[in-house]
Amino acid sequence: MPPPALEIHDLTVAYRDTPVLWDVDLVVPEGVLMAVVGPNGAGKTTLIKAVLGLVDVAAGQTRVHGKPYAEARRRVAYVPQRGSVDWDFPASVLDVVGMGLYGTLGWFRRPGAAERAAAMDALREVGMDAYADRQIAQLSGGQQQRVFLARALVQGADVFLMDEPFQGVDATTERAIIALLQRLRAGGKTLVVVHHDLQTVPEFFDHVLLLNVRRIAAGPVAEVFTDDNLRRTYGGRVPFAAAREATPVDAAPGEVASVAADGAA
Amino acid sequence: MEALLTDYTLRTVALGAAVLGATAGALGTFAVLRGQSLVGDAVSHAALPGVVLAFLVTGGTHPLALVVGAALAGWAGMAAVGAVTRHSRIPFDAALAMALAVFFGIGLMLLVGVQRRPEGAQSGLATFLFGQAAAMLTRDVAVMAGVGALALAALAAFWKELVLLAFDPGAAAALGLPVRRLDLLLTTLVVVAVAIGLQTVGVVLMSALLVAPAAAARQWTDRVGAMTLLAAAVGAGSGVAGTVWSALVPRLPTGPAVVLVATAVVGVSLLVAPGRGLLAGALRARRARATLGGMGTLQDLFTLAEAHPENPHHAHPEAVLRTMTLRPDGVAPDLAALAARGLAERAGDGWRLTADGLRRAREMARVGT
Repeated sequence: MPPPALEIHDLTVAYRDTPVLWDVDLVVPEGVLMAVVGPNGAGKTTLIKAVLGLVDVAAGQTRVHGKPYAEARRRVAYVPQRGSVDWDFPASVLDVVGMGLYGTLGWFRRPGAAERAAAMDALREVGMDAYADRQIAQLSGGQQQRVFLARALVQGADVFLMDEPFQGVDATTERAIIALLQRLRAGGKTLVVVHHDLQTVPEFFDHVLLLNVRRIAAGPVAEVFTDDNLRRTYGGRVPFAAAREATPVDAAPGEVASVAADGAA
Repeated sequence: MEALLTDYTLRTVALGAAVLGATAGALGTFAVLRGQSLVGDAVSHAALPGVVLAFLVTGGTHPLALVVGAALAGWAGMAAVGAVTRHSRIPFDAALAMALAVFFGIGLMLLVGVQRRPEGAQSGLATFLFGQAAAMLTRDVAVMAGVGALALAALAAFWKELVLLAFDPGAAAALGLPVRRLDLLLTTLVVVAVAIGLQTVGVVLMSALLVAPAAAARQWTDRVGAMTLLAAAVGAGSGVAGTVWSALVPRLPTGPAVVLVATAVVGVSLLVAPGRGLLAGALRARRARATLGGMGTLQDLFTLAEAHPENPHHAHPEAVLRTMTLRPDGVAPDLAALAARGLAERAGDGWRLTADGLRRAREMARVGT
């Protein structure tokens, strides 16, 4: 059996003395579209950054297709939060998408015709090819998000780590993005997506990780995305219509920490 | 101008200043794009003790020795900033300010000490504070040109990596680029640009030669390559103009002269650049107002009309409209625009919607809900 697309073992990350992630285990099988949900400060972004080696890890290992990230880097594409860069930077849409190829292009080589063609293909896939020559500041939030997706697509990766790709995009863009993600999954890619809208999880995703510093639960949406697990994740304050067929919410917020003790690992 | 072609000294000075301005402008672009405009200031101040120590160690003012001394001290200053931010909770800008003050203080102490000595008083080290173009010799220019060319070559060689580092360091790291080493390279290049400019422009104002050309260039282009070239050109131009100016006027220090020229270019760019310039922005706003044609005031007239359902064409005084908006001075031009488009008309002492205006306002209200 081939190793899973992404494997996280005993991952602990702390900023100063505060743990942001505590002893997290996760196995992401190949070819799934997984949402990562949890309250603010749950460590969702940190989880992704830890896999990519962008934050210092106190303990634990992560493996991509059975290998450490440094060896599997070319199989992984990262879509950071849109707000993490200055969009007034003097670059065109095509420039930014082309940056996705800088990891494989090699030192001292400039992007040429082949790279431009690849970047145009990626832009076409996200419906942004008409904007190739635009300065990136002239784009709407949703368009900027799609540029970041195109920059990930151009890498030809098969594992995608995305941080809030639906943040601040309009309904049309949201549909376009989810259609793209589902197309990628249909093509055998693995996608791990930090997501904030619980309402759309069952509709958009097939797997879900419920995270609040600790892993609360992970697995297929149908099995794991339950009222009970959501309550354990959000401490009794489930932030949408009380998880639909709501049973009365009775777990006290204080209970969460004790229930969360890593049952599924 | 004629002197520029005939006077040998002046030609030397101008050439050196051009090399310096081009190097500082191009490298300053990256400092500015990374939001680290103050790095140049910290480096230049931190370099002063290095200059004096180099003089003490070598016993002379050979330009290469002074440049190396300045670069080592400037680099040590940045290393101190890095160490402080990594191992404490002190933020980057506070660490920069501390390094600047401490190193500059040490530099001033050393400088005053050296100047008390007979050989020190004639060394001309004091010109390093505000810069002195007249002090530039051919061998100074040769050192500047050589070192500057090396720095620019390094920038060109690592161009795409440095651009990605400036735009999105997280993505650069995820792609496997050695972000820490690239960051170090960029800092080193800025240190080099500062070091070759110190004698000409001076410790105090050197950072302006890094920042001003980039700020001016950004106004004119939306491409980082064009911005870098343009910043180099602005830097070279300001360097030449400022140093020639100071060489022609006795006792005019070069630093202030160069900075005044560069700042003037920034000022003009902020005003008149197409797209990002203030004038272009004002023109756009005016055009937008003209097209919108006082739609806000149309809405306000409509609100008043709704309050009188029995007679929607009842007239209301302009003063009432002025109380309904955050921009009372815009009411009169708005009304004029509306009248010109046949949407509102004067009636007695007040204004009212025409039938067209009422229809238009209803449409807008529908769309809005």
